[in-house]
Amino acid sequence: MRIAMLYTRLRVEERLLLDAFQARSIDAEPIDIRNVVLDPENVGRFADFDVVVDRSVSLTSSLTTNRVLESLGVRCVNRADAIEVCADKLRTTLALQQAGLPQPRIRVASNADAALDAVEQIGYPAVIKPTVGSWGRLVARVNDRDAAEAIIEHRATLGSAQQHVFYVQEHIDKPGADLRIFVVGGQAIAGIARTSQHWITNTARGATAAGIEVTPEIASLSEQAVAAVRADIAAVDLFECPQRGLLVNEINHSMEFRNSIDTTGVDIPGRVADHVIEIARSATRPSNTTEALTA
Amino acid sequence: MTTSTTTNTTTETITAICPECGGVVTFARQPLNGEIATCPHCAAELEVVSTAPLTLALAPEVEEDWGE
Repeated sequence: MRIAMLYTRLRVEERLLLDAFQARSIDAEPIDIRNVVLDPENVGRFADFDVVVDRSVSLTSSLTTNRVLESLGVRCVNRADAIEVCADKLRTTLALQQAGLPQPRIRVASNADAALDAVEQIGYPAVIKPTVGSWGRLVARVNDRDAAEAIIEHRATLGSAQQHVFYVQEHIDKPGADLRIFVVGGQAIAGIARTSQHWITNTARGATAAGIEVTPEIASLSEQAVAAVRADIAAVDLFECPQRGLLVNEINHSMEFRNSIDTTGVDIPGRVADHVIEIARSATRPSNTTEALTA
Repeated sequence: MTTSTTTNTTTETITAICPECGGVVTFARQPLNGEIATCPHCAAELEVVSTAPLTLALAPEVEEDWGE
């Protein structure tokens, strides 16, 4: 069995994953995808791998690579379609909606005037987010109409076309923390509560993490959320709304976990490696030509 | 790209020079290409761009599409 791990930055998480594969006597090769040229007509060196694990920190790189590899018959973890849904907050919302799962109310608008109407419909405070973005970047809480007008005008004037899609979410007054649940192979394996003095409770923005008990309710909702976006491995961010109970905020397709191993006592990279190995056992290696793939 | 080369690689310690401040960066074990390290002297974020010889460069700045 051979596994490739694609990366653009080899962080602690990637090193832990390599260690986990090595501990299981699995040949896992790290490949810096920045240096790879892909040929849509020939799978090339990737024919030698049973599974390709995507750990690129760049969404664009992940999607570009996984789309090409999957078209050549390579089994990628996560699959490109799952990455696309997780990476786009609107697509995540729609997937959760179709699955009937609870989530904060949202409105979407594609110009400044409509965006202000969207905020007014949600009510204050509201949260304006880019549909594609991570680590809490460019997420803004607006407490009144003045703030909403300012944020919307800035984004309409200075932002890229992508930033002109206004995703407006109701602000959930969570009790000082939100929850992150790690789901691997359809099973919620660990969870943390992220606490911050700031309303953005992202560990990339300084929030602290503490392990929590993954209750059956938390596990069930998280597992359903990951199934809704068809991810093999993902981390689900949940809000505990005092009035409405657990709500799914977003789903992360390339989760960071370095600070969640000791805090939860769960060997997260080991569990990820085990699941990837399980996928590899049932995967079929691609042939070296597209003719062979379609025959 | 600013780079620096290995100062010392033994079974005991693996070190390289920070391209930002010239300080010594120590690795607990053999690093891999693309591995990220932080200079203990100037806090620069560094990337291993070669393992033989061990060479560090300033890591790329965070881009808009980076994340989880």
